[in-house]
Amino acid sequence: MSVQNSPGNPASEPEGRGAAWTEERRERSDQSDEGRRRLKAPRRLAGNTANTAMPTYIGMPAFPDAARRAVGDTRLRHNLAHATSTIRGRRAGAVAELDDWGALREAGKQIKDHVLANLGHYLRLLEENVTAAGGTVHWARDAAEANRIVADLVKATGETEVVKVKSMATQEIGLNEALAEEGIAAYETDLAELIVQLGDDRPSHILVPAIHRNRSDIRDIFRREMPDAPEGLSDSPAELAEAARRHLRAKFLSAKVAVSGVNFAVADTGTLVVLESEGNGRMCLTLPETLISVMGVEKLVPSWRDLEVFLQLLPRSSTAERMNPYTSTWTGSTPGDGPRDFHLVLLDNGRTATLEDEVGRQALRCIRCSACLNVCPVYARAGGHAYGSPYPGPIGAILSPQIRGIGSEVDSSLPYASTLCGACFEACPVAIDIPEVLVHLRARAVESSRKHPGEQMVMGVAGWTLRSPARLGLAQKAASASRWVVGRNGRIRRLPGPLSAWTDTRDAPAPPRESFRAWWERTEGGTREDRRGGR
Amino acid sequence: MRVALFVTCLNDTMFPGTGRALVRLLRRLGHDVDFPMAQTCCGQMHFNTGYRGQAAPMVRGFADAFAGYEAVVTPSASCAAMVRDWHPKIASESGDRRFAERVGELVPKVYEMTEFLVDVLGVTDVGAYFPYRVTYHPTCHSLRMLHVGDRPLRLLREVRGIDLVELPEATECCGFGGTFALKNPDVSAAMCADKVTNVRRTGAEALCSADNSCLMHIGGALTRTRSGVRTVHLAEILAATEEEPA
Repeated sequence: MSVQNSPGNPASEPEGRGAAWTEERRERSDQSDEGRRRLKAPRRLAGNTANTAMPTYIGMPAFPDAARRAVGDTRLRHNLAHATSTIRGRRAGAVAELDDWGALREAGKQIKDHVLANLGHYLRLLEENVTAAGGTVHWARDAAEANRIVADLVKATGETEVVKVKSMATQEIGLNEALAEEGIAAYETDLAELIVQLGDDRPSHILVPAIHRNRSDIRDIFRREMPDAPEGLSDSPAELAEAARRHLRAKFLSAKVAVSGVNFAVADTGTLVVLESEGNGRMCLTLPETLISVMGVEKLVPSWRDLEVFLQLLPRSSTAERMNPYTSTWTGSTPGDGPRDFHLVLLDNGRTATLEDEVGRQALRCIRCSACLNVCPVYARAGGHAYGSPYPGPIGAILSPQIRGIGSEVDSSLPYASTLCGACFEACPVAIDIPEVLVHLRARAVESSRKHPGEQMVMGVAGWTLRSPARLGLAQKAASASRWVVGRNGRIRRLPGPLSAWTDTRDAPAPPRESFRAWWERTEGGTREDRRGGR
Repeated sequence: MRVALFVTCLNDTMFPGTGRALVRLLRRLGHDVDFPMAQTCCGQMHFNTGYRGQAAPMVRGFADAFAGYEAVVTPSASCAAMVRDWHPKIASESGDRRFAERVGELVPKVYEMTEFLVDVLGVTDVGAYFPYRVTYHPTCHSLRMLHVGDRPLRLLREVRGIDLVELPEATECCGFGGTFALKNPDVSAAMCADKVTNVRRTGAEALCSADNSCLMHIGGALTRTRSGVRTVHLAEILAATEEEPA
């Protein structure tokens, strides 16, 4: 989606970058510079799954392995901690200003739930109204169909270049890469997306895609990859923004085709809404002759009155602004004003399957604000790339495995990429109970996976023991008997097998001399004299 | 009042001192405490790790063990939250209506320790004495699932001799997360390191919390780094007196 951070925002000027994907970058570095310049970042998302869902990033390991590398990157750690805590504080302030935030949040939740429960009705209504206003509506079952539709529409114009408004949906389907394969160059015009694209890189945050880059990185990328970068470009934010502005202005003025996402679609008027902060979206949505918008089917609201709720919820949750800077709305096409030709691509890509899941469907309420990322202690340490998808953080951990299915290594690890601390649920402006969905998806991961027989056996034995007070008592006696072997001074410094993951960084407590229940039995609930005392 | 102690499987097995402290405290306040021997575990570890089928019999066992008590008190916010948030749903999903009804009757009587002291007994000064510099870590489940708010702090402030110091970034998760600590050990350790840094910044001699699971995790790092800071469950501080120190 298109809510963006302004270039001058200190939170968007991190001082380092993640290393989670650097090895892969190294492997690709033999690509010719010329090829990279011609088709920016065409290879980073080649779909390795079937044509059905969003592609898993190539070679993406399971979350714990990717996170291990990120945790070891001191600059990334510092930058993410700084950036997320800055945004977190501002969001809290912006939310605290409204005394009806709780009611707004409940309204947002209910509107979205209503739309999801009546999705077919509202989609048909939207199609009717967009068509009546001169637009053309296309339906795409999955990423491949959506990419095919967009590529054919662009080809029909005879153009080989498009400008893009920041869009999560087109990231999700890997549109830029699909267009590149058809000889069409897609230029990102959001500053942070531009940095990501020029750097042949991946976004690591929904709102601030280049959160892992610092300004000297950005200067280097611009000097290397931006043909019209000024001589002697420094790393001052103002100079960098000016260089990007000049570079993009040429694109806006020459582009005949634009591609956007959609934040909201008002069903009863057929109006599309995009929120952004830089004005690049406004340029893309008004200057070109043809506009193609790709929209997840869940982005609907029934009416303008419902939109009002989200125009309060989204900016405060996302950028901590009271009002969004650039809110563009359009309905079909208007002769002599804006694009002559408007196409709306309605994207399913796993959404109706997600809708069938009574618990998981609440993920479809998401308005892509990224508040959950900014409060997540796991995201702040693992960074966005570890989630192996354009949707990082807590929302990514419940969205990606639902959209893509839980089959791949990274997707089956994502529901476990959380301590269930609940900070995300608290921050979510549409009250998605992310911990609830995570636990739900964990059950699905266990059901669908036979990959961890060891874990299943351990959990089985533990369950068998914990079901019976007698067996638990025996296990406790065995543990207490072992305390002199395993523990020194009450602490265990090394445990075997998978438990070494604990003792690598933490001592474990040695079992006590007797369990609570043994003490209770021996002393009749502490009423008889307790000579042994102590632990 | 006929009070049952739900000590939790972790405290039962690894931290019996916490259970003994809570028994001592409740008796000092004039209440009969019983320990139903049939109790085992609330099922949280299995449930939260995705092993729902294993958790369901434990939910049933919990309902059987504690049926008939006026109040069930537990020194674990996390397990109390599991019981309150999930036991009714698990019971209703079982399709056994009588089981669901029994769970529905029992759950409102299950209290986390500080809820029981402050809300039910109406006390904040429990006559404790603990002459140390202490900082308090509010666990995630106590804060964001049970919403115990400042009840633990109100109890701690009344403890004689205590030097209670505020923990910076207190509400941030310590990184334990049950099996998360084993499944994502690097992120878990990174979160723990930051928590330990904040604990040490306070100059506290003891870190206190309402959950021994989180304390086991943070405490494991505190002893590994020879920090000289010990961990102590809130129940043990509240049970401590000049005659019977913790």
